[in-house]
Amino acid sequence: MFGYYLQLALRSFRRNRVLTALMVLAIALGIGASMTTLTVYYILSGDPLPGQSQHLYEVQLDPQSLQGYEPGQEPAEQVTRYDAETLLAERRAPRQAMMSGGNVSVQPGKAGLAPFYAPARYTSADFFPMFHTRLLFGQGWSAADDAAHARVAVITKSLNDKLFGGANSVGKPVRLAGQEFRVAGVMGDWNPNPHFYDLNVRGFGGAEDVMVPFTTSRDLNMDRSGSMDCWGDSKGDGTAVGANCVWIQYWVELDDAAQASAYRRYLVNYSTQQHAAGRFQRPPNVRLRSVMQWLSYKQIVPGDVRLQVLLAFGFLLVCLVNTVGLLLAKFLRRSSEMGIRRALGASRRAIFLQCLVEAGMVGLVGGMLGLGLAALGLWGVRHQPTQYAPYVHLDLAMLALTFVLALLASLLAGVLPAWRAMQVTPAMQLKAQ
Amino acid sequence: MDIRPICSTLLRHKTAAGLIVLEVALTCAIICNAVFMIGSRLERMQRPTGIAERELVRVTLAGIGADADASARTEQDLAALRAIPGVRYAAATNEVPLGGSSWNSGIRLTPDQKNDTTGATNYLGTADLLETLGVRLISGRDFLPEEYTDARTVQSTSEEDTRVPSVIITKSLADKLFPAGNALGQTLYIYGRNGHKVVGIIDTLLRPSERGGDVAFNYSTIFPITVGYDVGGTYLMRVPDPSQRARVLQAARAALNRVNPNRIILGTDTFDEIRAGYYQNDRAMAWLLVVVCVALLVVTAFGVIGLASFWVAQRRRQIGIRRALGATRRQVLRYFQTENFLLSSMGIVIGMLLAYGLNQVLMTHYELPRLPLLYLPVGALLLWALGQVAVLGPALRAAAVPPAVATRSA
Repeated sequence: MFGYYLQLALRSFRRNRVLTALMVLAIALGIGASMTTLTVYYILSGDPLPGQSQHLYEVQLDPQSLQGYEPGQEPAEQVTRYDAETLLAERRAPRQAMMSGGNVSVQPGKAGLAPFYAPARYTSADFFPMFHTRLLFGQGWSAADDAAHARVAVITKSLNDKLFGGANSVGKPVRLAGQEFRVAGVMGDWNPNPHFYDLNVRGFGGAEDVMVPFTTSRDLNMDRSGSMDCWGDSKGDGTAVGANCVWIQYWVELDDAAQASAYRRYLVNYSTQQHAAGRFQRPPNVRLRSVMQWLSYKQIVPGDVRLQVLLAFGFLLVCLVNTVGLLLAKFLRRSSEMGIRRALGASRRAIFLQCLVEAGMVGLVGGMLGLGLAALGLWGVRHQPTQYAPYVHLDLAMLALTFVLALLASLLAGVLPAWRAMQVTPAMQLKAQ
Repeated sequence: MDIRPICSTLLRHKTAAGLIVLEVALTCAIICNAVFMIGSRLERMQRPTGIAERELVRVTLAGIGADADASARTEQDLAALRAIPGVRYAAATNEVPLGGSSWNSGIRLTPDQKNDTTGATNYLGTADLLETLGVRLISGRDFLPEEYTDARTVQSTSEEDTRVPSVIITKSLADKLFPAGNALGQTLYIYGRNGHKVVGIIDTLLRPSERGGDVAFNYSTIFPITVGYDVGGTYLMRVPDPSQRARVLQAARAALNRVNPNRIILGTDTFDEIRAGYYQNDRAMAWLLVVVCVALLVVTAFGVIGLASFWVAQRRRQIGIRRALGATRRQVLRYFQTENFLLSSMGIVIGMLLAYGLNQVLMTHYELPRLPLLYLPVGALLLWALGQVAVLGPALRAAAVPPAVATRSA
């Protein structure tokens, strides 16, 4: 029976080429727009470290002065250097790392290659195991290197390609910020997106090219970037240990919920102690957010992208209403044909199914065309000068969703016209003939 | 024209008529809001920065390691930049309007004030910064040579000993801090406890980025604090002849490398490029909205054409009978046009309510302002016109139905 309906649908398409083309085009436009915006949304709200992110937590304390204090408000998003170094020294989590971003000058040893600036991260030893950075050569540095303020660096594959032609450069010297460092490891393609561990530096764009121990970076007073908030008497260098400035990101790895709640208690205790010692003026106010909670709190998906999704689905709705109207016109135009089929014994159900098959075929063709439009749309998004542009691509889940959405949408659009078509009374139609 | 027969016909085709009304309503609702959003984006992009935009170019650079002679080197750099033919002024600064990264401070009106009165951005720079930017001083004066201090000195001096005697602020910041309008000569506190006297007020100088909304976008301060290239990393040059900008930037690279080749020039750009970069998302969004609006109108037009054609085909015989009974072609044409007008009108009325509702949703979830009523008639006119254009083809075909059709059996 299905085959027969397909044949009937094809025949109907041939008879009304323009109308059919209009319907397919409307569905394709709606689906294409929706899938483009939905894919961008899906990618931007994705998990930067699937499988591991639920064990990683960002620490927030409330070290600011009472000036401008309101109970119940969010604590600072970063921590002070003093707090970060104290928490790091106490090592209460299985793994923890403090970090901040910046830029360093790189002087290639190669002739013909001018010095350039590269984005850098100043961090501590656990960064590499806890963020599961994939190392191509060598390894991260050790806690001993942190303590010794060692001149070691981990670089990305792309920088390694540029400086060492892609060879294993572990142990080789590299000049950073005018000083000699030793390459400890080379990271493979480790591109966590969003750039969850420091969203102030950038929202998207993968890992920094150079990683060096935080302790070393302060010895050399390396250039820093990102957000820094100071309060009270913030004279002098904001990066000093005692400065009243928050500018360090502090991440911990905790294996389960029990560890997480224990660590939260520890943070509250720490805040209470600091309060008693007079360092903290506000009552303890801590947050311990997992990666995905942190991303949603920071509203990593830009408002414009959310607006675009809404807009596209509004457009799809109009396209669907349009398709409903056109299908209705199409089916009712064939009332006499339906009347004859009914008179010859077809049940209402059969007519209904026949109409739905026709609607579904419109959806399927529209979906395929819509997929092409979505690919075109994503190509357009990729060529926008946004930070996230290079990471926008059509993935398999979205591909499947496109077809499901197109088919569902067109079947939904077909229900009302098919319902009306099956109501045709055979006698009336035959008489009119 | 009597609309009664049209109404009774429409009542017989409730579903199809309802679909047209719904489609027009949805389109009207989306278009009203979209046109409004396009308008607000364009308005945002047109805000004056207060500087000589077309004449300003920028070089950003950084040292390789620490540079003990950064101040002296900055002086040499500026002298070299000023010597480039076509450059009228040059200055080192820490930030530029719409440049993105910014230095901001809370402002107090007494040294011991608990909460800041408001926040503002801090432009620091060498002498000639005002002339280089081309900001308009509306009252007071520029800084005196003896008022300048170096940023490194300010950073390393205690609160009690910090001396930055003067500040120049924007008009809107002055009005915010001193609503009585007597800002000139008053003292405000940012660096240290000795205060800064307001010596000048400028009309407009936008911040490097938006913080605290549209009004605060113009809360700027300029301090007589010089920044070396190692602190601010930015040289600005004013090139009175815009056609010389590219050549000047090229010459600037060479000039800076001659002063000291051991530095990295991170980039050179014109202010036009900085502005384009800052507003790139707004521009992209505005274009996207335009495309969506056009697509919506096209789809809606096709819907109208499709259903009107269907009705014309369905009523061929009736039209023939009407023609045979004496109706003119013009009357048949008018019939379909009026029918479309009625349907569009119903759609537009519902669409306006929907537009208002949609705007409420957008206001709560996307921080959009309220939709001005002006946009509703714009949407209405657009959809009426669209309906009439779309229905013209099918209506003309209806008008062309010969009376003889009435005599033929269907």
